[in-house]
Amino acid sequence: MITLTNRSKPVNRKKMTFLESIYIWNTFIGMMITLKHFFKKKVTYQYPEQTRPYSPVFRGVQILNRDEEGRERCTACGLCAVACPAEAITMEAAERLPGEENLYREEKYAAKYEINMLRCIFCGFCEEACPKDAIYLSETHAPAAYNRKNFIYNKQDLLIPNPKTQPEEYAQAKGLREINKKKK
Amino acid sequence: MIHLLTIDWLLMLEKLILIAIIVMFSLLVAMYSTYAERKIAAFMQDRIGPNRAGPFGILQPLADGGKLFFKEEIIPSSSNKILFILGPSLAMLTAMMTCAVVPWSTDLHLFNKTIPLQIADVNIGILYVFAVVSLGVYGIMIGGWASNNKFSLLAALRGASQVISYELAMGIAFIALLMLTGSLSLRTIVEQQVTSHWNIWYQPLGFLIFFVCALAECNRTPFDLSEAESELNMGYHQEYSSMKLGFYLFAEYVNMFISSAIMATLYFGGYDIPFFNEAAHTDWGNWLAIAGAVCFMIKISIFIFTFMWIRWTVPRFRYDQLMTLGWKKLIPLALANMLITGAVVLWMHK
Repeated sequence: MITLTNRSKPVNRKKMTFLESIYIWNTFIGMMITLKHFFKKKVTYQYPEQTRPYSPVFRGVQILNRDEEGRERCTACGLCAVACPAEAITMEAAERLPGEENLYREEKYAAKYEINMLRCIFCGFCEEACPKDAIYLSETHAPAAYNRKNFIYNKQDLLIPNPKTQPEEYAQAKGLREINKKKK
Repeated sequence: MIHLLTIDWLLMLEKLILIAIIVMFSLLVAMYSTYAERKIAAFMQDRIGPNRAGPFGILQPLADGGKLFFKEEIIPSSSNKILFILGPSLAMLTAMMTCAVVPWSTDLHLFNKTIPLQIADVNIGILYVFAVVSLGVYGIMIGGWASNNKFSLLAALRGASQVISYELAMGIAFIALLMLTGSLSLRTIVEQQVTSHWNIWYQPLGFLIFFVCALAECNRTPFDLSEAESELNMGYHQEYSSMKLGFYLFAEYVNMFISSAIMATLYFGGYDIPFFNEAAHTDWGNWLAIAGAVCFMIKISIFIFTFMWIRWTVPRFRYDQLMTLGWKKLIPLALANMLITGAVVLWMHK
């Protein structure tokens, strides 16, 4: 017989001896195995108090990035929407008006930017496609919601806090990923 | 009227209090057996188990019980209502009845009275136990029949045939023990073991058979064919809900507690404290009785742990395996054990 792995064992069809057929000895062997597990280290994470560290390449919910001066990086070029295999991203572009230079980095910006979290498969292609470093996948989950509407994340939901006006929140949002990168 | 006056009312009161205490205690042990079961299962599967309700999850059984009470009570319209209610009641009743003859410890001396820690020292105690245990299967049968459900009926049939098959081997294994003790009273059997050696030294094979049969009688894995979640869909208690379901589940744990107590009594010296001479410490009085009771409880706990340990180790037997083991293996073994014991007893007495 050709086997795929060297682990396969042919089934033993020998007739059981009397000692085997009363199962007591075999049960005892099994009980020793379970007893060994009884004293083993438990693998459980006590979830709300204790969270499991993510791997550095974890892809969570998207964040729209800002630059150091707190201006939105997104120029609504639509490359992320094109790259998205699940077609979860939609956007509407708008022109930057005079006086809005402190809000948007370039002349064009996304007036509306939506990601449908029910469609998103967290593949990270949007992050790869973005030429402006404007979108990246963070290390948080998309929280559960009670209706479908709440799963369509708009710009306000996705935008990172302003580093100028809310430095603490910005650091927190940015934090985990940067820390993990440094660790590596 | 005269007949009424001749009754020792104080004795009645004393027994009633004792019954209340023992029933309460059995229920408490059964309650915490469910907790222990879940904890042991978790530990053997490298998990932690319930630990949210109270410290270490100690209030978990209360939460479970409370939940069962508040569940909707459903009686299927096509079921036989009287039998449907009788089923779980009978299961619980027979489970509780067995503890009447178990000697929990030596006599207590309170208020110038000697109080035996045993509800009734019947001189055929063990026969009573056997009788009540075999009644226990009626709870399963009636429940399964009254549900008017094919799965439940199959489970009831399985349960009945299983209990009948294993009772035989259990009885024969016990006859061998009986030849050594020469008494059917559980108290006498324990007292013999206190002064001499434990019966396990004389009847190791008999004990093993008795233990396997006790597992089968309690419907514990690997003999839980009448519940068989995966094939019979919870079996005889499939149609039950609320506290009636709770009664069935509870009866199983009470049964486990009582059969552990019976095994400890018959083979492991009951309330005898190992490596300790009780006769030399009679001046301890009541403390000796309490120490004996505690020792008995420890023995019972070890048995309950073993029951659970086996449950979380071995999968369920196939039906033909169950019958082969019962009729073709255990009964011949028990018969051989009985014959050898009988021959040795005869030879020793010559």
